[in-house]
Amino acid sequence: MAKLKSLGELDALRKSITGKRDPKKTVITVCNGTGCQAHGCKTVTAAFQKELKKQKLESKVDIRATGCHGFCERGPLVVIKPKNIFYQRVRVKDVPEIISETVGKGNVIERMLYTDRATNKKITYEHDVPFYKLQKRIVFGNNGLIDPTSIDDYLAVGGYAGLAKALKMTPDAIIDEIKKAGLRGRGGGGFPTGNKWESTRKAPGKTKYVICNADEGDPGAYMDRSLVEGNPHSVLEGMIIGAYAIGSHEGYIYVRNEYPLAVRNIKTAIEQAESYGLLGKNIMGSGFNFTIKVQRGGGAFICGESTALMASLEGRVGEPRAKYVHTSEQGLWGKPTNLNNVETWANVPLIINNGSDWFSKTGTKNSKGTKIFSLVGNISNTGLVEVPMGITLREIIYDLGGGIPKGRKFKAVQTGGPSGGVIPESMLDLPVDFDELTKVGSMMGSGGMIVMDDKTCMVNIASYFVTFLEGESCGKCLPCREGLLQMKQILTRITEGKGKNSDIQLLEELSATLVDASLCALGSQASNPVMSTLRHFRDEYIAHIKDKKCPAGVCKIGAAK
Amino acid sequence: MSPKEQKAKVKQVLEKHRRDKSLLVDILQDIQAEIGYLPKDALQQTNQALGIPLSRVYSVATFFKAFSLTPRGRHLINVCMGTACHVRGAVKVLEKIEHELKIKKGATTKDLKFTLETVNCVGACALGPMVIIGEDYHGEMTPEGVVSVLKQYN
Repeated sequence: MAKLKSLGELDALRKSITGKRDPKKTVITVCNGTGCQAHGCKTVTAAFQKELKKQKLESKVDIRATGCHGFCERGPLVVIKPKNIFYQRVRVKDVPEIISETVGKGNVIERMLYTDRATNKKITYEHDVPFYKLQKRIVFGNNGLIDPTSIDDYLAVGGYAGLAKALKMTPDAIIDEIKKAGLRGRGGGGFPTGNKWESTRKAPGKTKYVICNADEGDPGAYMDRSLVEGNPHSVLEGMIIGAYAIGSHEGYIYVRNEYPLAVRNIKTAIEQAESYGLLGKNIMGSGFNFTIKVQRGGGAFICGESTALMASLEGRVGEPRAKYVHTSEQGLWGKPTNLNNVETWANVPLIINNGSDWFSKTGTKNSKGTKIFSLVGNISNTGLVEVPMGITLREIIYDLGGGIPKGRKFKAVQTGGPSGGVIPESMLDLPVDFDELTKVGSMMGSGGMIVMDDKTCMVNIASYFVTFLEGESCGKCLPCREGLLQMKQILTRITEGKGKNSDIQLLEELSATLVDASLCALGSQASNPVMSTLRHFRDEYIAHIKDKKCPAGVCKIGAAK
Repeated sequence: MSPKEQKAKVKQVLEKHRRDKSLLVDILQDIQAEIGYLPKDALQQTNQALGIPLSRVYSVATFFKAFSLTPRGRHLINVCMGTACHVRGAVKVLEKIEHELKIKKGATTKDLKFTLETVNCVGACALGPMVIIGEDYHGEMTPEGVVSVLKQYN
């Protein structure tokens, strides 16, 4: 492929790609995200290829292994386009029938359709499935349409048009647009993205860096992985636009090594973008140079923290530092650095392409746009959902998530990862946005949403998170290192039935110290799981301590005696 | 692997990364992928090639969970301990594996067949509890089910 030398050449290329594609042609898309891979989608994809060959339909039907569709619960997922017939839990043995019946004769096979829980009716088309219907998939929607290893697929759905538009704008105009859109950091901080870009742009110094934080460490959150795996070019496009606005020529993507497919796909995407002249020197003849390197993490949760991530990028131990001086002034190698999360970057091309007004129409007063949540735990429809900010927790859990399985009762939902908090049933009508979640003692975090039923012990959950954080504390500052250890010991003895009456007060005191004195957010937010469970489920602590009983029957109090 | 082979492998990795000391984490990851763990000699070779103190290589090698300074088994078992797997009973699955293999998490069986580790989340939460052996994902694990899964490996 010859490199694109002008913005006009991009349009011509796009036209030639779409011109070769017949929108009426049958395309069988098979979700190949990690969730579906665990369900065995790879063998299903291979079976489709084999069967098409056998029935001599290769030229008439395309197979596309796409990124994550989000409905992991029902995988392997197969969608047959252009009609969007939706089959779920597809097995290898179903493949010949799909080809001969559905593709060949146009008959729908009832057995593989999704059954709506509420009405008990079979649903034929993907867009009618409640799980999808109630979402607003602006960032995540293309995942199901494209093969993440094909840049042409991304171009066919309008990819890199945002970049072309941005390169015609001044950097200040781009920053203004992002500010007006009201985009806030999707990694958890919720800091206004435009302001961050502006301070990095204004910071003195010639060399500047941009970083994509794909070190998604929150257990139970995997939207970033699905974006990097399923639509890597959207992340790259956002980064290139950001780099141009900030005045940076070098970028890094720091990605978890536990996500092998994401590492592979982002590397392929970078090579493709380079070969098309969308990355590298003189991008599309604009005179702007930008390169991106990928670095894998080493399995340390703390490296999701920006300064720890940068230390790790420099080849050092991933310990954070105090942020008296912001990373936008002095970050990687002491140079001004702008770090954003995967989902934030993926929002950027959409804003530039469609305008800030379009973007800010969705959402609440201070939280604009959509957010992708991973809905996991004791929930019927596990998966990734992209919803407008301001939707209530009840809508997410019951309308999208299908409620609690096995006829159990809802107890709490935990948001914000290990540093977040639990939210009880009485607060389910809370509109979900950055500020509302913080008000009730939890936080948005990166978007993990773990639903818990009445068989869950809240003291055990607090103990789980504190144990997690204690293990992941880097040990640099004392309040976090020792404070979490003490909290873990106290919580462990409560769950073993050896709790003392003074333990609750001790936990509260330790929590306050951690909030005040920790170096970074890992420590200062570590008390959230304890304080929020204490606030909403104090009875359970008392039952463990006074009555030596675990009301949910989780803690092995009897065994510990 | 003979010491000579090992040295050549490490050199290969160092060359691939152009002896760039900022890529230390990546370099160690590739060395571990080649050798299976990080032997002392390999760490020394790295610190000399990159021109940084051994203490720094050692601190990075011990800070990140992904690295092991001792030989590991042929099959690496990772039990997902993410929150979604936790609320679906991952602890019981881990305990069963520990009981079955007679090792604690972080350890390797005497015959070097299995190494047992935990991971914080692999993002396959719909199928929790997850057990990953090598590159195979085993979903919806139960204490009973995991025993038959282990038998598939030799």
